[in-house]
Amino acid sequence: MARHLLSAADLTRDEVLEILRTAASMHDVQRREVKKLPALRGRTVINLFFEDSTRTRSSFEIAGKWMSADTINITGKGSSASKGESLRDTVLTITAMAVDALVIRHSASGACHQVAEWVDASVINAGDGTHEHPTQALLDAYTMTQRLGDLEGRRVVIVGDLTHSRVFRSNVLLLKTLGADVTVVAPPTLMPSGAGPWSRQDGFALEQDLDDALFGGPPPDVVMMLRVQRERMSGGYFPTAREYTVGYGLTRPRLDRLRAANDDVLVMHPGPMNRGLEISAEAADSLNSVILDQVSAGVAVRMAVLYHLLVGTDGGSIEEGSA
Amino acid sequence: MSDLVITGARILGEAAADVLVRDGEIAQVSEQPGAIEIPVDAEVIDADGLALLPGFVDLHTHLREPGREDTETVASGSAAAAAGGFTAVLAMANTNPVTDTGEAAVHILELGRRAGLVEVQPVGAVTKGLRGEELAELGLMARSKAGVRVFSDDGRCIGDARVMRRALEYIRGFGGVISQHSQEPHLADGSACCHEGELSGRLGLPGWPSPAESSIIARDAMLAQHTGSRVHVAHVSTAEGVEVIRWAKARGIALTAEVTPHHLALDVSRVTGYDPTFKVNPPLRPQEDIMALREALADGTIDAVATDHAPHARHDKEHAFVDAAFGMLGLETAFSVVHDVMVRSGRMSLADLSTRMSSAPARIAGLTGHGRSVEVGAPANLVLVDTAAQVVVDKNASHSLSRNNPWHGSTFTGAVHTTVLRGRLTARDGRALVPEPAVGGGWAAEAQP
Repeated sequence: MARHLLSAADLTRDEVLEILRTAASMHDVQRREVKKLPALRGRTVINLFFEDSTRTRSSFEIAGKWMSADTINITGKGSSASKGESLRDTVLTITAMAVDALVIRHSASGACHQVAEWVDASVINAGDGTHEHPTQALLDAYTMTQRLGDLEGRRVVIVGDLTHSRVFRSNVLLLKTLGADVTVVAPPTLMPSGAGPWSRQDGFALEQDLDDALFGGPPPDVVMMLRVQRERMSGGYFPTAREYTVGYGLTRPRLDRLRAANDDVLVMHPGPMNRGLEISAEAADSLNSVILDQVSAGVAVRMAVLYHLLVGTDGGSIEEGSA
Repeated sequence: MSDLVITGARILGEAAADVLVRDGEIAQVSEQPGAIEIPVDAEVIDADGLALLPGFVDLHTHLREPGREDTETVASGSAAAAAGGFTAVLAMANTNPVTDTGEAAVHILELGRRAGLVEVQPVGAVTKGLRGEELAELGLMARSKAGVRVFSDDGRCIGDARVMRRALEYIRGFGGVISQHSQEPHLADGSACCHEGELSGRLGLPGWPSPAESSIIARDAMLAQHTGSRVHVAHVSTAEGVEVIRWAKARGIALTAEVTPHHLALDVSRVTGYDPTFKVNPPLRPQEDIMALREALADGTIDAVATDHAPHARHDKEHAFVDAAFGMLGLETAFSVVHDVMVRSGRMSLADLSTRMSSAPARIAGLTGHGRSVEVGAPANLVLVDTAAQVVVDKNASHSLSRNNPWHGSTFTGAVHTTVLRGRLTARDGRALVPEPAVGGGWAAEAQP
């Protein structure tokens, strides 16, 4: 496996499956009374978060700790540019402290790719701007495979603000690797530029009408709703929250219709949710919802990612720790 | 100053001739080998195999002085210009303080004279502080010793149509021209940093759509027609922008345009790895745009090549892509890139290149001493080029104080051999001949390698 995890496209199908298998055994560890594994003993993992995050940061922190790594969180709001220090100087200052892995969240797309050029440590992208969030896609894939098994040919519909969504970008890449049949849905103003040629090249479908996407063909196995930020309204992307919900929300009537077609349909959301905007309370709390499973999978998947990047697959048994 | 004799140079790449330069002017031109009697103390350049052209004129250079002397000075930028075959550069107004008064313009002019390597002609700001609101002292800049004729808020588009209209009306009286950074600010969000298209969609980077450029060119063309004043389109970068320029010219509107070497040669795919070396404004575009720009430069729709030489400190480029500074170096590499892409490829002749890099920009800027034919009586602002020489660009060999060079490691065919400013050699073999002693206000020394 490569030294860094910057994009969901960095992983081959075998590597994804290996991570998901490791994540499954980590998930078992999570259910034990003593959760600590020695695998990353003596390793230092720094969570460098330039942008607010609760769930991703705490999930990486717990993952590192359960693997016995020394985990340190560094948070800083705003771009380093606004403080007068270059991003390169900021990360070199931190990696000068003999760091094995840098987990980076940054508000700027591509920041993790740039950092990976400058440092010796492994870089894990924990969300870069509106670009990618590969560990989210892995935990989504993990959640799906737990319920559905092999994703080959499974129908996944992703709905929401695609332009500004790193979850969408990583998911569409990872699901392609896993052979799923993906349709993405957004109002025309929130469809990324060049989505037409992109989707043709990468083999996913574009849809502007949610009902066509959900009910126009074979019933979906998974419906993934993306967060829509209310400030997009002032950007002129859509007129009102009400209009958005009518067009693109997973409302109760849509949920009912979905379940009528496929009683086992999975409802997913990367959080945080805007209940009543992109997802109704009924959908979020239904038996079809695996939203909390996604959160729970987050720790196991991040443990697996840390293990594969820092120890590798030939580093001995996970339970015994690294060489 | 001793006489200079250039022997055997092919003028505009055509017939070989000997040229005698005396007192800063061309005194004799002869196609008869040996017909010119070489004065005893003359400096003689054997230019056998070289082409002789009028010195290049750059309509668009950022020299960063005053304000960011750590990244470029008038002296270091002049050295880079001379090494690149330029005899005149127009220094953009976005310094700190901004060149928006007569005094500021004269200051730039004098810094250029002190450096003594290239004629540095200041560009005046159109609006005070480049804020796009109130007119700068256009008339006082024009009347000053600097005689400013080109005005620009470059780096920012004059988005307010009313301000643009008034400025055009005002400068018409003294034959000025506005060089517009054509980019409708409302068509992109403030963090736009690359071309809007499939790649920006994949990379999650906010982009500028092509109509941000073409719509402003169209608006300005109509304002130029209405006011009877002149608009110059700075660094056109899109096929649709070219289309509007072609249309406006066909209507007889007084519109001219320039293109940069990087927009002729580098495409949007360069930003795939988020390397801010390739972050530039306007952004690098797709291949279709590049091909349209080349065609338009060849057929004359685009009048001139201009570098948009934009030096930046390394630490201003080592931010996340959206936060990094815009711009790239260009003075030293312009001829090699344009020669390789346009002449060697057969799109145009060396004489056409000379028109686009010398006479057309000199005419647009009103610089009567530059871009003249190689003939008796013309000021000896000249460049000798070797059209067969291979150049491998080494960013560390630059005269610029900055290193944001997108061409590092690239190979081009065509090199600047010698530059002559008013009869005096200012560069040889890609190295500027910095006058002794350092006269650039203490900064000139830093321009040396």
